[in-house]
Amino acid sequence: MSQPALTPVAVPDQEYLSPGMYSCPGCMAALAMRHVLKAMGPNTIIALTTGCWAVIDGPFPYTSVKVPLLHGAFGTAASMARGLRAALDIQGRDDVQVLAWGGDGATFDIGMTALSAAAAYNENVLYVCYDNEAYMNTGGQQSTATLPGVRTTTTTESRLLGIRKKNIVEIMAAHRIPFAATASIGYLDDLQRKVQYARSLKGFKFIHIHTPCPTGWQLPPDEGVRIARLAVRARIHPLYHVLDGQQYVIDLNPDPIPVRQYFETQRRRLLPLSEEELAWIQQDVDQQWQTLLIRSQCAAGPGGSESVR
Amino acid sequence: MERIIMNGNSAAAYGAVLSRVQVTAAYPISPQTGIVEALAQHIASGRLKAKFIMAESEHSVMASLIAASEAGARVFTATSSQGLALMHELLHWAAGARLPIVMVNVNRAMSAPWTMYCDQSDIIAQRDTGWLHVYCEQNQEALDAIIQGYKVAEQVMLPVLVNMDGYYNSYTTEPVDVYDIEDVDRYLPPYNPPVKLDPNEPHTLHGGTGPHLFMEMRYQMWEAMEHARAVAQEADEEFGQIFGHRYGLTEAYGCEDAELVLVGSGSLVGTLREVVDERRERGERIGLLKIRYLRPFPTQQVRQAVASAQQIAVIDRNVSVGMGGVFWQEVRSALYGSQVRDRPVLGFIAGLGGRDVTPGTVDQIIQIARSNPPQDVPIWIELKERR
Ligand SMILES: Cc1ncc(C[n+]2csc(CCOP(=O)(O)OP(=O)(O)O)c2C)c(N)n1
Ligand SMILES: [Mg+2]
Repeated sequence: MSQPALTPVAVPDQEYLSPGMYSCPGCMAALAMRHVLKAMGPNTIIALTTGCWAVIDGPFPYTSVKVPLLHGAFGTAASMARGLRAALDIQGRDDVQVLAWGGDGATFDIGMTALSAAAAYNENVLYVCYDNEAYMNTGGQQSTATLPGVRTTTTTESRLLGIRKKNIVEIMAAHRIPFAATASIGYLDDLQRKVQYARSLKGFKFIHIHTPCPTGWQLPPDEGVRIARLAVRARIHPLYHVLDGQQYVIDLNPDPIPVRQYFETQRRRLLPLSEEELAWIQQDVDQQWQTLLIRSQCAAGPGGSESVR
Repeated sequence: MERIIMNGNSAAAYGAVLSRVQVTAAYPISPQTGIVEALAQHIASGRLKAKFIMAESEHSVMASLIAASEAGARVFTATSSQGLALMHELLHWAAGARLPIVMVNVNRAMSAPWTMYCDQSDIIAQRDTGWLHVYCEQNQEALDAIIQGYKVAEQVMLPVLVNMDGYYNSYTTEPVDVYDIEDVDRYLPPYNPPVKLDPNEPHTLHGGTGPHLFMEMRYQMWEAMEHARAVAQEADEEFGQIFGHRYGLTEAYGCEDAELVLVGSGSLVGTLREVVDERRERGERIGLLKIRYLRPFPTQQVRQAVASAQQIAVIDRNVSVGMGGVFWQEVRSALYGSQVRDRPVLGFIAGLGGRDVTPGTVDQIIQIARSNPPQDVPIWIELKERR
């Protein structure tokens, strides 16, 4: 394991979620909110778009979130965050942080243009995408965050079609925002550091948290964290961040495992993959990792990045 | 106060400035674009202290304004046609969330085929979203309706759509009174919402709601809209006392003794007015009913205005295909069950897609009305011969 690139921080004891949420057992999206809010602190307003989290919060008049939370239409987290920022700033409340929160469908798909605009205008907000790799609230349909090889309820072919998972962090980094990062529910320290660091920056910050979904992925409820860690080790979801769209830093590089080993833990959500197909996925993952390595080494200058040596 | 010659778009922007809106989000679409451009200039020049969000779609415009309103800001935008349609989902949201947003819609026909020109098919399709709907005849009225809009919206906690006609208002200049902002301040106090998003007093807003409560929430919306009739009337009267312009929810013009009442909305009312004046001078008993509010619908005022009429002719610059003009349907349903229920209510479709409704058009309408035409189907005016 390598040195973390961001300074380590203590996880605050304070909780901003109440027990009794409407999440499924073992929900990683709920855990993600818990830890992001710990890092954000109480002076935060959440712009929440539709998805599982709109349900997890609980039905009116109940709520499980202790900071102000605005439910909104599907795909509008970034636009709502822009509105909140403007309203707070004009009222002299620039101390209040705005947290936009959306699933992968809300972020990669229906909210993409809104997200891109908020990033391009460098709005002073943090956008967090929790990624369970499908439209889970509607029962697990394919999104552009769905991994190749995964069978969703709307998958019509029993073979790979050369369709890749959209690389959302690259897209966000291309907006040259101050901070774009991946994170994983399997590595809470890293997540905590990233949120705390993002808070300290002005402008648009984006964190893509991998949150395996035991219900949707047909896993036992206590498997989420373990699977998330394996996804990082398989480099399906490497942990890194990009500063100003330029400086790439790999944050953790735990012992790698092949994609095959990762997939073996979740056979129930997969297509019957041929050796050839599996090799295509592995090759793709390796290529992306190489690109990441090169970028992070460029950023660190000759000798390579400290954090990946 | 200053009287300035300006087009409807500039007048609408002044309305927003005088209302001291705090957040505006914008997206270009003709014939509305002049409004948000003018607002951007007012903000850039420091005349208006507000945040300007340049959005990437109308859907995002409304999403941003909803959130800004929830955080306690007075918010404004303007759109037209395709842009309004793209907002549709969020129009319901804004009303259901009970937010006092004011938006100007510059009426433009819905495509296909592509068109830029005026009719009400854009706004009519949003009739049932829970917003108040105000239709303006003149540029002054647009400016005034925005200021009045906030006054009403912030009391009943429902959003307001101010409509003015593309081209006929948006691009046509008229003298417009721009009031001193201090006078407007006395009429329209700062927005002070009962609940807003604030970490000092955390609330979760608009979480999932089941059948056990949803209907009651809709009933509250219904009550608010019913209440809006009186609030809008009062707001209009107070406005008239201070600024000298009052409009009512409807305007009955020469209706007391009228045998035929022409009913219309928007800029074509100006043409109807001219024809009515001319005909009355010649001793013809023709009146005009201008409908300014489509929601809440001024049922009582409509019934009263046509009490003496032998015939009512509604001129619609819109068509609900398969039924007829929407104002026609509204007037018919308002009269059903009243004392005037059996008077013929004729429905005329005119001026779609920006075709001019001229005094000649109105003459034709009057002539057809007198010829005992069918009452159960709309009558399309000035259609070209099919070749
Ligand atoms: C405009 C619109 N289209 C579709 C839906 C239905 N819908 C609600 S939640 C959801 C899935 C959300 O997926 P994602 O953003 O990945 O979040 P998750 O449910 O996985 O947490 C969909 C499709 C909607 N609410 N609004
Ligand atoms: Mg999802």
